[in-house]
Amino acid sequence: MLQLFKFKGGVKPQTNKTQSVHEPIAVAPLPSRLFVPLHQSIGGTPRPLVQAGDHVLKGQLIGEADGWISAAVHAPTSGTVRAIAEHVAAHPSGLTSLSVEIEPDGKDEWIARTPIPHDAMEPEAVRERLREAGVVGLGGAVFPTHGKLTASKSVPMEELVINGAECEPFITCDDLLMRERAEEVIRGVGIFRDLLQPKRVLIGIEDNKPEAVAALQAAVTKLGETFEIIAVPTRYPAGGAKQLIRVLTGKEVPASKRSTELGVQCFNVATAYTAWRAVAHGEPVISRIVTLTGNVERPRNWEVLIGTPLSEFVKLGQPKADTNGYLMGGPMMGFEMPAMDAPLVKATNCIIASSPTLFPPKAPEMPCIRCGECAKVCPHELQPFEMYWFSRAKNFGKTQEYNIFDCIECGCCSFVCPSRIPLVQYFRFAKSEIWAREKEKNAADTAKARFEWKTERDEREKAEKAEKLAKAAAAQAAKKAAEAAAAAAAPAEGAPTPATAVAPAASDAAAPVDADAAKKATIAAALERARAQREAAAPKNTDNLTLLQKKDIAAVDALRQQAGIEPPPAIEAEQQEGPKS
Amino acid sequence: MMDFSTPPYLLKNASVQRVMLQVVAALVPGIAAYVWIFGPVILVQLALATATALAAEAAMLKLRNKPLSLFLSDGSAIVTAWLIALTFPPLSPWWLIITGTLFAIVVAKHLYGGLGQNPFNPAMVAFAVCIVSFPALMSQWPAVGMQVSLADQIAVVFGQMPRLDAISGATPLDTLKTALKLDEGTVSVAALLADQTVYGFFAGRGWEWVTGGYLLGGLFLWWRGIVSWHAPLSFVAGLSLLATGLWLYNPAQFANPLFHLFSGGAMLGAWFIVTDPVSGCTTPKGKLIFGFSAGVLAYLIRVFGGYPDGVAFAVLLMNLCVPLIDLYTQPAIFGMKDKS
Repeated sequence: MLQLFKFKGGVKPQTNKTQSVHEPIAVAPLPSRLFVPLHQSIGGTPRPLVQAGDHVLKGQLIGEADGWISAAVHAPTSGTVRAIAEHVAAHPSGLTSLSVEIEPDGKDEWIARTPIPHDAMEPEAVRERLREAGVVGLGGAVFPTHGKLTASKSVPMEELVINGAECEPFITCDDLLMRERAEEVIRGVGIFRDLLQPKRVLIGIEDNKPEAVAALQAAVTKLGETFEIIAVPTRYPAGGAKQLIRVLTGKEVPASKRSTELGVQCFNVATAYTAWRAVAHGEPVISRIVTLTGNVERPRNWEVLIGTPLSEFVKLGQPKADTNGYLMGGPMMGFEMPAMDAPLVKATNCIIASSPTLFPPKAPEMPCIRCGECAKVCPHELQPFEMYWFSRAKNFGKTQEYNIFDCIECGCCSFVCPSRIPLVQYFRFAKSEIWAREKEKNAADTAKARFEWKTERDEREKAEKAEKLAKAAAAQAAKKAAEAAAAAAAPAEGAPTPATAVAPAASDAAAPVDADAAKKATIAAALERARAQREAAAPKNTDNLTLLQKKDIAAVDALRQQAGIEPPPAIEAEQQEGPKS
Repeated sequence: MMDFSTPPYLLKNASVQRVMLQVVAALVPGIAAYVWIFGPVILVQLALATATALAAEAAMLKLRNKPLSLFLSDGSAIVTAWLIALTFPPLSPWWLIITGTLFAIVVAKHLYGGLGQNPFNPAMVAFAVCIVSFPALMSQWPAVGMQVSLADQIAVVFGQMPRLDAISGATPLDTLKTALKLDEGTVSVAALLADQTVYGFFAGRGWEWVTGGYLLGGLFLWWRGIVSWHAPLSFVAGLSLLATGLWLYNPAQFANPLFHLFSGGAMLGAWFIVTDPVSGCTTPKGKLIFGFSAGVLAYLIRVFGGYPDGVAFAVLLMNLCVPLIDLYTQPAIFGMKDKS
């Protein structure tokens, strides 16, 4: 039996999972409209490949992955593209996102689906397939899966952790998926195993899902795999990737490292399932399982097309009359959907209808009494109340000293805070401020670099120009000298031979001397021009200075020289003038 | 800046009021023993302190433009008031307890920014201010079984009756210290403790029950998760370490650790004062340092110092060190443990 480890902290909110597990997963009916956002994963925004009026088939690529860390987007059903426009996104901000609006034709007609023989293929080709199929982390982080399927070059891959913990209250989509589609989940895990070649594969499931544990165990046995199915203690956030890795392997992945640097990688069970569908069935990610629960008459899990508007989806559950909003995700880390026409996306694992009785309005915020409850429950062993003080005081440097970027925003601290302080909100605020400042600083640095480069270029060009002018002047002088020599030679027409002999000699002798003089003259002229220019540009208050002022300036200049700074041009010009006058 | 409809939407049933009311409840066993042994006059002091604290709190909240009902009902002022009443002599005049409470609420709490902001424990500030300003009044404690009616006791509190030496003396702790000092080594602790009018089974007569009641309340707080074991146990350890060492060294001159733990403010201090989250340390290691140092200081002040007890000064001195201790005892975070 595998030895389990513990992570510190964590809380035990009411799980509220039983409501939605009584009925099997049902396929949601086709909605009247689909709004498929192009940007649904971490990384680059996919480029739209269709135009309004185009007819698309189910599974057809409509957004091409942009860059390596990006995942493609596909048409969830066949129909007509009505628009490619900004549409409200499934995001608490209520901001819009470029989305493909599709009117289904009702035929649900697939593109040609081609399975690939993944075990006979190059790993790179399998990763490429996953990228093209839009496979992303369905546990909520939506990181492109192919980007996580490369082992570290220096650290051997020891454990592959598969996350079926599903620790957030209310959510049961992974539970039902594991119960009903265990074999495909295990086959998907097999793909990840083949790509990463770990020593062990550990599948962690919270012990409040015995049916899922049994189903996966049966599938593992049936497929002859050696994966270990492990029931882990139910404690939020056991399903956080870092917490599950800790529980199953004892390894702690700090914020500053990738888990592969510690020889471990983690995927969600639903991600494994979609990877299998993509590879073995040629089906891109166009739907997912979503729990519809909370204040509804019929809580259950639905297989829903990506892009289904919230309004059409929630009707399936028959929300009760006092429903006052819908949360996406769980009650610990989820957020309120900004609008009823916001679409369900790849990150949508759960929709909870809320009501004042289910989630009562929060009591007013009180001052922090430093009771330390938040620190006790923080799974990353941070000191949330200290980060709170400094976030509130906008002392962001200090928040970073207290490791604010190790915060995973799980909400345990806010959950237990007796002063009802929305701690996570303060931390998000601090993080976004720090990011904004960082960006500003980078912009300033770029501008500075650009300015310096430009100044340097200007100076170089000026120098080149001066050189060119000097050369031209020298050539002119040489020419003049030659002419003069020729003129001098002209009267001695009677002696052409010596003349021709002398002329080159004279020009030879005269040219260098004259060219030198000409060069000097041009330089003097250039200096004079520069001086005049400087004088014109110089502030007039440097004229007619009193003795005292001149002394002051001299003192300042001495200081400047000590500091290695050149004196300003006006003074420099004066100093140059000094000896002349 | 902050929107209240933000995650998490699910919250534990917790509030400052719940915390404070449990602390108040945990004081009840000690108060019951107090009333049983020394008479109900302590209830008058508790009422006086509570009324003063709430009035002062309301006035300060009004001045600071804070919501009245929200903060008045948080229970923090009541905790402060009760701790003041329990550390002051029960027969101290009415104005003394009012002065102490006013100073605690107005100066030690609100002038520093109110709930959660005070660097010093307000009840201990009240005690320190009053014992420095009114040392005689703060040192007159009733003897067990004093034959004075409640009406007369109340009359004493409100100045309607002269303060009789017969009904009040020093605390058992103070008595012991004074006796040892006066006799200059001719009398042993054992002989002094044999005086059954002042001493009981292992500490001051009667007081051992009251302090036992505080211990019971403290264990309740620990069981409820309101306080962690770190500060109380390290306080007890610090106090016992010195007490045991010196007792073993010279049992004739130094009382045993049990006597010290159940005398004066030790138990109240261990469970209700050094556990104060606002003015105490927050890290586990910090709590250990804070509690242990406070225990050592309390012993030193009560045995070698000039005051009847040392808990208040020990705690205030340690309050000063809290920011520094916290800064240097930050625990290693998840994933960064091998790096320190």
